[in-house]
Amino acid sequence: MAATSKDLSKDKLIWMYTQMLRIREFEERVKRTFVEHPGVIRGHAHLGDGAEASIVGALATRNETDLVMPSYRCHGYPLVLGTPARALMAEIYQRKDGICKGFGGSMHLADPAHHFPTASGIIGQGIAHAAGAAYAAQVKKTGQIVYSFFGDGSSKQGAFHETLNLAAVWKLPVVFILENNQYQAYTHISLEDANAIAGEPLSQKAKAYSIPGVTVDGTDVRKVYDEVGKAAERARAGQGPTLIESQFYRLSPHGNAITVPPVPTQFQEHESIEVYGRKDEFAAAKKNDGIVKFRELLIGNGTLTEADAKRIEEGVRNEMEDVVKFALASPLPKGEDALNYVWA
Amino acid sequence: MPREMMFAEAIAVAITEEMQRDPNVVFYGQNMAMTDRDPFVRKFGKDRVRITPISETAELGIAIGAAMSGLRPIVELYMAEFMLVAFDEVVNEAPRLRYMSGGQVKVPVVFKAGFGFAAGWAGQHSNCTYHAMMGIPGLKIALPSTSADAMGLMRAAIRDDNPVVYFHHYMLTIDKGPVPDGEHLVPFGVADVKRAGTDVTIVATAWMVKKSLAAAEILAKEGISAEVVDPRTLSPLDTKTIIDSVKKTGRLVLVDQAPKHASAAVVIAGEVAEQGFKYLKAPVKMVTALDTSVPYSEPMESFVLPSEQKIVDAVKSVLAAQAAAV
Repeated sequence: MAATSKDLSKDKLIWMYTQMLRIREFEERVKRTFVEHPGVIRGHAHLGDGAEASIVGALATRNETDLVMPSYRCHGYPLVLGTPARALMAEIYQRKDGICKGFGGSMHLADPAHHFPTASGIIGQGIAHAAGAAYAAQVKKTGQIVYSFFGDGSSKQGAFHETLNLAAVWKLPVVFILENNQYQAYTHISLEDANAIAGEPLSQKAKAYSIPGVTVDGTDVRKVYDEVGKAAERARAGQGPTLIESQFYRLSPHGNAITVPPVPTQFQEHESIEVYGRKDEFAAAKKNDGIVKFRELLIGNGTLTEADAKRIEEGVRNEMEDVVKFALASPLPKGEDALNYVWA
Repeated sequence: MPREMMFAEAIAVAITEEMQRDPNVVFYGQNMAMTDRDPFVRKFGKDRVRITPISETAELGIAIGAAMSGLRPIVELYMAEFMLVAFDEVVNEAPRLRYMSGGQVKVPVVFKAGFGFAAGWAGQHSNCTYHAMMGIPGLKIALPSTSADAMGLMRAAIRDDNPVVYFHHYMLTIDKGPVPDGEHLVPFGVADVKRAGTDVTIVATAWMVKKSLAAAEILAKEGISAEVVDPRTLSPLDTKTIIDSVKKTGRLVLVDQAPKHASAAVVIAGEVAEQGFKYLKAPVKMVTALDTSVPYSEPMESFVLPSEQKIVDAVKSVLAAQAAAV
C-alpha cells in the first residue's frame, strides 16, 4: 500500500508548503525580471505558477534516486529536487554560472546530478525520453521510477501515444503526469481535445493503452500526493505505467510575448482575458489557488501558526532576492565558449 | 504607388487575397483562428480556416490528403522545427506521391514555417533546416528576404501545383518595405540582384540578405563594390543569375545562417565550382554559422552566427586572395 497524505509528517508538510512557495516566488521573480531588467532574459520563458500543488504533491512521493523529466515549462521541478535556485536563475539570465552554463536557457534546464536529466523544448518529445529513462532503470534493475510531466497540449502528439503504448507493453516504471492547465499555448482545450469536447476527462486516453487513468484536482497537494503515490507504488512493483491527469490552471500566460529584438518583451495578460475575454474564468482560477488553500489547511489543522507561515514566506522571499542578485552579478559566458559540448 | 508593408503583413495579405481568389485554398494550424474575431475566420468562415491541436503529423498529412482531393491547404507551422516532428510528411510523402503515381496526382500544399529566430530561442527553435529539404526532388523551397518577395512568393506558392515549404525569417517579421500594387507575384527559380556591384558577389538568403546589404554599405565606404544576389527560392535554384554575377565580379562570398555543411551555401558553392570555376579569380568563401547548436546566451549566439563584420572580413579576404594570386 502506498503511503497516503494522512501519514505525512509535520516536517514533510512544512517542506511541501515551502517548496510550493519557492516555485511561486521564483516564477514571480522571473516575471518581474522582464520589467526590472529588460533584455536579461531572452527568447521564450514559460512559468509554472498555478502548478505548485501538482508539482510538489507529485514529487513528494519520490524516492531519493527517482528521475524527473518535465516539459519546457521546467523551472519548478528542479527547485524541489534540490538544484541550487541561484544556478537556475543564472541560467535563465544567460550566465556562466547557470546550471547549463548559458547554453540552454529557460526552456532547456537540466540537472542530472539532482535527478533531472533534461527537458525538451519540443512539445511532447520528452515523454519518450522519460520512458527511455524508465527502460534503463528496468534493464539495470536500479529500482528507480521516472516521473514524466507534460502539458495537455502534448497529449495530442504522436510521441505521447506511441510512448504510452510502448511503456504499457514493456511495463515500464514510469508515471505519466498530464498537467491539464486548460490551455495549449494560447488555445483553450475545448477547441482541440476530443475528450474535453466530449465532456470527458483527459485521463480517458489511458484506456486506449489499457493502463490506469486517473484525474485528480491538481490544486490539492494532498490529493495529488495520494494519486501519484499509488501510481508510483504500481511502477515500483513492476506493474507498469499510470496516466494521471492533474487539473489546475496556469496563472500566467503561455510565455512572455513573442517580439523581435529590439522590441522589448514581457508577460501580458493571461490568454483567457487577452484572447477569449473570459475575466470571470481567470478570477475564479486565482481564487482557487493551491498555495492559499494549503496554507489555510496547515494553519487550520495546527501544523503551522500564522507566525510560522509568515516566517517561511519571508524566508522564501529573502532566498529569491538573493537568487536574483546572484544571477545578475554572475558573468556572461565568452563567445568562444559556444564551441564546447558539441561532441561527447 | 507601392505600399509600405511589414514583412508579416505582406504574407497575410497574400494569403487573404489568394483565399478570395480561389475557394479551394484553406488555412489552418496551431494557435490561430481561436475566436470568431480572427480576421481569417471572419472573412472565410470556419470550414476554410481552422485551429488544430499540436499534432504536426496529422496537420501535414491531412493537408497532403486534402490537396490530392482538390483543396489547396496552407498549414501554419509557426516554428520550422515543428516540421521535424512530422518530417516524413514533408520530405517522404508530399514530394513523392505524384512521382510514384506516375504523374496521376498532385499535392499543392504550402507549409508556412518561421525560422532562424536568433533572439535567445536556443537550440531547438532557432535553426535553419532548408538544406535538409532543398535536395528533395518534387519539393519547392521559398525563402523571402523583403516584404515584396514575401508577398509575391506566398502568392506563387499557393498557386503552385507542387508542395512548397515557405520559410519566413522571424527576425524580418516587423521590417517594413515597399510592395508593388496589384497582383504581385514572384516566380519561383528567379534570383534577384538586391544590390549591383562589380568587385565581389555575395549570395545570401532571408535575414542574411539584410546583413549582406549592410556589409555592402560598409564596404562601399571603403571603395569596394559588392553585388548582393538573393536566390529567393532554393528549389528551384537560379544558378544562372549567380554564375552571371560571378562572371562579372570574379569573386564569391556565400552567406548562410546554417552551419556550413547544413547550409544552402555549400550547394551553391558546388554549382559555381562546377559551372563557373573559370570565372573565379579567388577561392569562394563561406560565411556560415559555426558547427554548434544555437546557444542561448547572447555572447555565444553572436559568436556562432554570421554578422556584418564577418561578411566584410570575408569579402576583404577574397579580394586579398586575388591580389596574392596576381
